[in-house]
Amino acid sequence: MSVDRRTRIGLRVVALGYLAVLLLVPVGLVFYRTFEKGLGFVWESVTTPAAISALFLTLEVAAITVPLNAAFGIFAALALVRGRFPGRRLLDALIDLPFAISPVVIGLALLLVFGRTGWFGPELAEAGIQIIFSVPGIVIATVFVSMPFVAREVAPVLEEIGEEQEQAAATLGANAWQTFWRVTLPAIRWGLAYGVVLSTARAIGEFGAVSVVSGKVAGETETLTLLVEKRFQNFDLAGAYAASALLALIALGTLLAMSLIGARKSEA
Amino acid sequence: MISVESVSKRFGDFTALDDISIEAPDGKLTALLGPSGSGKSTLLRVIAGLEVPDSGTVVVSGRDATSLPPQKRGIGFVFQHYAAFKHMTLRDNVAFGLKIRKKGKPEIKAKVDELLHLVGLEGFADRYPAQLSGGQRQRMALARALAVEPSVLLLDEPFGALDANVRADLRAWLRRMHEQVPVTTVLVTHDQEEAMELADRIVLLKDGRIAQVGSPRELYDQPADPFVMGFLGRVSKLDGKLVRPHDVTLSDRPEDGWEEAMVQRVVHLGFEVRVEVVRGDGEEVTAQLTRAEAEALEPHAGSIVWVRPPASGVSA
Repeated sequence: MSVDRRTRIGLRVVALGYLAVLLLVPVGLVFYRTFEKGLGFVWESVTTPAAISALFLTLEVAAITVPLNAAFGIFAALALVRGRFPGRRLLDALIDLPFAISPVVIGLALLLVFGRTGWFGPELAEAGIQIIFSVPGIVIATVFVSMPFVAREVAPVLEEIGEEQEQAAATLGANAWQTFWRVTLPAIRWGLAYGVVLSTARAIGEFGAVSVVSGKVAGETETLTLLVEKRFQNFDLAGAYAASALLALIALGTLLAMSLIGARKSEA
Repeated sequence: MISVESVSKRFGDFTALDDISIEAPDGKLTALLGPSGSGKSTLLRVIAGLEVPDSGTVVVSGRDATSLPPQKRGIGFVFQHYAAFKHMTLRDNVAFGLKIRKKGKPEIKAKVDELLHLVGLEGFADRYPAQLSGGQRQRMALARALAVEPSVLLLDEPFGALDANVRADLRAWLRRMHEQVPVTTVLVTHDQEEAMELADRIVLLKDGRIAQVGSPRELYDQPADPFVMGFLGRVSKLDGKLVRPHDVTLSDRPEDGWEEAMVQRVVHLGFEVRVEVVRGDGEEVTAQLTRAEAEALEPHAGSIVWVRPPASGVSA
């Protein structure tokens, strides 16, 4: 299709303008508002005990969920692409479930299962395990919402590389485990890395599901996104902006990692 | 030696192999030849352990391998599309099987160097497969398969994805290599010329069954049926028999018992001349003449010639 110069420039202006109004201006404003009162204020705002605890909880949750998601994602992708079992299509559909359901609903569902009056509630309480309103609940909620990314990034790569390299490894004497580590994993590594980055970004930014199950105890079960919300609700706008800027910074970092990996992925 | 006994394999409604028994003798190159869908690749994959037969047994080097996984069969397998490990250098590709077998570093290096020399890729050890041509990748795949010193080498259409001239080069190279390293080899191909040039024995397959087994000359000169005759080379029909065009004799003067015919088309193919004639009874016959024969006969469209009745041939 040939598009003349004027139309092309017009389309570009519309697309960039749309992005600017919806994305760049708001994010830019967050940073502007953050630093309006000076660096010292920002530093104080993000180094309160509650803020530090929120940052570390957020990173801790991400550090637990992302490896779990990576392992599950690789396993699920292998099952989807290489597996020959009944119910494969069902698994294919189920993997996308966390994308289809609103995070708030996921949070409520977890309450129903693990809450004090939920299915496993009494048994868990008896065993002295608290899931809801504590870190395990946050982790489960985050795992749930960020589950599909790795599987969805790895499956098409597995499809594309085909089975022949793995079969060649088998004829050369490699067992299933050796084949996975030496042939399959290196072949999917960029797809996997991309999925991990997406999963990390989602884990750090998750609000809805975590908000329902965390209990929002400052210094204990309050993640960064919850801290932003709380400060906002308490009319501490400057504090909310400072915490948002911290989140946005982490997000920019992941975005950078994503574009670097994306470039490698298309090369491979 | 490989022997396959009464192997059958179905994929859903499709019968890929129907009670096949073959033998591939030690040190020889056996070609599994046939059109697509004849089951030749499935048979090779059954020998390798990459497919499990529904029934029958596979014996490799005197050992029943039917239920052994590919890792334990002592085979080397070369795929049509190379199956190169893309993230490894050529050296690491070739070394793969040796590393799996936990050989020492000096031993691996010496073996890999020896193999790279054998396949003529000494200067390319540190390149990645993406930096190699198709022919080079396939030679790498051969070196990789040979590194583990397999008792049998299985080649699945190894030259099928290559350009015609590269294919011819590699074919000649493989023949020389097989003379140097006479490992028992089974080659799958749909190209009868490739099978004739390389194989000591040809197993011709059709629809999951064996059409004929024998040396290339036996199959060419004494085909069991019209299918074998047609698959091994060009055929022409003459007096209800299938004959080779180079066995059709033309003359520019009438002889006793020969049939009169009119030349329709003359095609010069360099070293040979193909003459298409139609006989008085309407039968179309193709004759393949040498250049000297054609110069003596001077056939051209519309000229009259006489066709000798076939001395032998397969009833169509």
